[in-house]
Amino acid sequence: MKPAPFDYAAPDSLAEALSLAAAHGSDGKLLAGGQSLIPAMNFRLLQPAILIDLNRITGLGGIERTASGGLRMGAMTRQAQVERDARVAQFAPLLAEAMPQIAHPQIRNRGTIGGSMVHADPAAELPVVAVALDAVFEVASQHGRRRIEAKAFFQSLFMVDVAPDEILAAIEFPAWPTNSGWAFVEVARRRGDYALAGVAAVVTLDGGGKCRHARLVYLNLGDGPVDAQVAAGLLQNESLTPDAIEAAANHAAAHEIDPTGNIHASADFQRHLARVLTRRALTTAAARATHFPS
Amino acid sequence: MMHTVKLTVNGKEYERQVEPRLLLSDFIRHELGLTGTHVGCEHGVCGACTILFDGQAVRSCLLLAVQAHGHELGTVEGLADSAGHLHPLQMAFWEAHGLQCGFCTPGILMTLIPFMAENPAPNEMEIREALSGNLCRCTGYQHIVDAVRLATATESLTR
Ligand SMILES: Cc1cc2nc3c(=O)[nH]c(=O)nc-3n(C[C@H](O)[C@H](O)[C@H](O)COP(=O)(O)OP(=O)(O)OC[C@H]3O[C@@H](n4cnc5c(N)ncnc54)[C@H](O)[C@@H]3O)c2cc1C
Ligand code: FES
Ligand code: FES
Repeated sequence: MKPAPFDYAAPDSLAEALSLAAAHGSDGKLLAGGQSLIPAMNFRLLQPAILIDLNRITGLGGIERTASGGLRMGAMTRQAQVERDARVAQFAPLLAEAMPQIAHPQIRNRGTIGGSMVHADPAAELPVVAVALDAVFEVASQHGRRRIEAKAFFQSLFMVDVAPDEILAAIEFPAWPTNSGWAFVEVARRRGDYALAGVAAVVTLDGGGKCRHARLVYLNLGDGPVDAQVAAGLLQNESLTPDAIEAAANHAAAHEIDPTGNIHASADFQRHLARVLTRRALTTAAARATHFPS
Repeated sequence: MMHTVKLTVNGKEYERQVEPRLLLSDFIRHELGLTGTHVGCEHGVCGACTILFDGQAVRSCLLLAVQAHGHELGTVEGLADSAGHLHPLQMAFWEAHGLQCGFCTPGILMTLIPFMAENPAPNEMEIREALSGNLCRCTGYQHIVDAVRLATATESLTR
């Protein structure tokens, strides 16, 4: 047996789970897909006193269209379900493009969208998509619910704005902006590995084909999703020419990311990847914005 | 505290008392004696422990045995029929030399069963993508890909 001993509770309702979470505080851990938590427990990096298993609660998973044309996903929606949902491809194409780049099919069958967001690995795809699309997080506790914008939700390395007595209930992606293109690109050593570097790009064009708004958000190049606002701002009111794209890529890579390097890639190599990936992502996003106006 | 786990594995019902920290992979091997499910890394990377959980391929080393209560599992032991004839996919692995030491094979087979049900005629890229979560240190993968192509091309491969 690999993990240290712990107690186990599998509540049927969110209310019951919230009362267990409140009673056990930071001695307890919520178990979603277990695809990050169980490895950490197998290594004994984590030794919670009790696991509160969310898998028997009905109504915490599932995808629905919101009144404003966005998508709302229960925290326990499996990554594989997000990957296959036709509405995700239509109304949140950036998310759809990122999904198959997360781990392997067997991991995505169990792993949840909420678990990945709360785990907040700086190399994870989903937090980057959430920031790039301005997703909103809905967190429940015994005192009610609160809504948190993606940028405030991700606080730092593996840290999010969820207290031990709270449970992430849902994530909402706003309606897809018209005249917008997207790209999610990353480089990993092997298919399914955590990426060495990656970027999500979204560009919105105005009627004349110039860039009205752009987002560039990076993974594994800082403490969490890195939102390169200055580089993205350089594109505003510009035509997305190779020169404009190059300038934005150079700025983000030189000034806005903060790569630390690791055994697989030096910080310099990560900067190089950021530049190359930004160029590719913006080129693809610009082309898609022209070809798929809505 | 011990918990009751009642579940179905390869169509057969089992009931056991388990500690919460018992991994599903260890439960299958040590409690049920079904040692076809292999254990390599125990942190989700190698794929040797892949089984079917309600029909979906999952890592049994990243699930707790208690979580399987009330669920239906499939392991490599369930592939051959009751007379011991190999499953067509197993036959294809045999034909195409899809294994050498065989350590990775049960996990690869259990990964492929739902994949082939969903994609009856996959192309090579799709096959490689489906296999991306399973490590094999012997074959170099080419013969595994060949085996899948053989299995998908000859649905009625003789048993
Ligand atoms: C081999 C391997 C490769 C991987 N590669 C990648 C990759 O390339 N990219 C990537 O992004 N991820 C990768 N992962 C991680 C995977 O995506 C996990 O599924 C994900 O990080 C965690 O989701 P989970 O549902 O499994 O959560 P769990 O592991 O169950 O939980 C993770 C953490 O979140 C907390 N938590 C979970 N749900 C909630 C909730 N609703 N409210 C509050 N707290 C909650 C838990 O208490 C725990 O602290 C990989 C995992 C493995 C094993
Ligand atoms: S033993 Fe489970 S993935 Fe390696
Ligand atoms: S056949 Fe030996 S590990 Fe795959």
